Amino acid sequence: MIDQITVFLENKRGRIASLCRTLGDANINMAALSVADTTEYGIVRIICSDTAAALSALDAGGYRAIKTKVMAIAVPHHPGGAADLLEKLDDLDVDIEYFYCFSTTDDMAVLALKIADPASAAEASWAIEKAGFHVFDQDEVE
Amino acid sequence: MQEILHAPHEKIEEIQLEGIKKTVIQCYENVAFYKRSFDEAGFDPHSIKSLEDLQKAPFVTKQDLRDNYPYGMFATPLSEVKEIHMSSGTTGVATVGGYTQHDLDIWGECFARGIEYANGGKDDVVHVCYGYGLFTGGLGAHYGGLYSGATTIPMSAGNTERQIRVLKEMGSTIICCTPSYAMHIADTALEMGIDPARDFHLRAGIHGAEPFSDNFRRDLERKLNYHVLDVYGLTETMGPGVAIECWEQNGLHLAEDHFYAEIIDPNTGEVLPDGEWGELVLTTIDREASPVVRYRTRDITRILPGECACGCTHRRIDRIHGRTDDMLIIRGVNVFPSQIEDVMKTFDQVSSWYQIEVDTDHRSLDMVTLKAEVNPDFAFDSVAAVERLQKEISARLKTALSVGVKVKLVEPKTIARSEGKAKRIVDLRKGIK
Repeated sequence: MIDQITVFLENKRGRIASLCRTLGDANINMAALSVADTTEYGIVRIICSDTAAALSALDAGGYRAIKTKVMAIAVPHHPGGAADLLEKLDDLDVDIEYFYCFSTTDDMAVLALKIADPASAAEASWAIEKAGFHVFDQDEVE
Repeated sequence: MQEILHAPHEKIEEIQLEGIKKTVIQCYENVAFYKRSFDEAGFDPHSIKSLEDLQKAPFVTKQDLRDNYPYGMFATPLSEVKEIHMSSGTTGVATVGGYTQHDLDIWGECFARGIEYANGGKDDVVHVCYGYGLFTGGLGAHYGGLYSGATTIPMSAGNTERQIRVLKEMGSTIICCTPSYAMHIADTALEMGIDPARDFHLRAGIHGAEPFSDNFRRDLERKLNYHVLDVYGLTETMGPGVAIECWEQNGLHLAEDHFYAEIIDPNTGEVLPDGEWGELVLTTIDREASPVVRYRTRDITRILPGECACGCTHRRIDRIHGRTDDMLIIRGVNVFPSQIEDVMKTFDQVSSWYQIEVDTDHRSLDMVTLKAEVNPDFAFDSVAAVERLQKEISARLKTALSVGVKVKLVEPKTIARSEGKAKRIVDLRKGIK
């Protein structure tokens, strides 16, 4: 499991730019940024170099930010790669709350996944590894 | 009815004095609260010789009524009580009104004065679309319709298309509902291709339970081609009919043979002379089950000096100009910010900074939005989680207030603070003032 920062942002012009500037000024590099948006607000998910420093910078900047644990899983970078993983999770009866892709190399893509039931996350992680997917630890993304 | 409406004022004052003498003794002897309160204030209920003597009596407040929930303020045994009403408010702290047959008769008669002012009677069809139930609007208007001999249609509120069909096809001549609901009916009719000014047969609307501006009245009168009469009342003293506007639309005639009105300075409690603005204080003259002595309504008005051109001798109060407390009236329902506070403090997921915004929607109905700042304790990690919380808060508020509230979560420090306190209420309604 790795750390993700979740920020509650109002859906207002310039708001996300100022969020990114706050992190930039604190010398935080983002590995992933994903937004779930509604007409009124957005939920911004960030994976970055130093979670603790990012959280304190956001806090000081008046943002409402929390730390969430998500699973980062490598999938082969070829057609059907993501489908293989998602079907496996389905077979395991693991409910996904949300997911997004956060980095790709020539032969691999990394998906960040939030498992709906945190209690079943460890077991799911073990089963996925057994099925041949690599699940990242925190130190592998920093 | 014409006789009492045109009686010389001295005659009305005689009725008031006799009634008040009886009321204070009845309260003292039958209601433990009044005995204690009169004794503490050193007020002798047998000492009343003139109307001014009533000023020696202590006030009673909504909180006193709540503290004596459910039956503590009743002056008759429950076996004499025919009907119960409760003021809108949180469950558990509602104020309760009891009505004997005599009380119900008075109520019908008081409300029927509005129909009388509209020169109405047995040839009228009275369409009542206040909500029927614990709220006094529906049944109060209903009893008024029955008393006046009119044909009364107990529509209750809701199902607007059916209301429109009935108004058009049954030929209703007088409509009783909140002013905002009348506007909603008019606008919905227009959307349906029905012109209420032409296709309805209304002469008068008796509208109350919420404040409305003169502009709003003119809009209503233009759209529905009728005359709007403002009606005032409260569950704590009876319900609608305590005072009603006559055709002159220049102040609301109190039913002075049933209610004695004083205007006080809300800060000092001193009685103010006619013409001065202050808080309306009411004493019932002939209520049996739920009499009140000097009830502080929290409504701000004044006694209009002089006689009314209509010839009715009962004094008039001006239209209500506000409240001495922070009560809001939303879709006819009384809402206190403290009720919202009680609900909000049970949610750790949001901070104590929240704000209620009341506005008018495109259908002319009141719309309430509550904005609350997100707390770090809340795992607002997904849209589903945010929506779940918004729904949960909304459902709890609906239960507590009987009013639908849209909940909107916002970022920290986005709700305006003044002197460290959140500005709790923003009222943007166009119809009010």
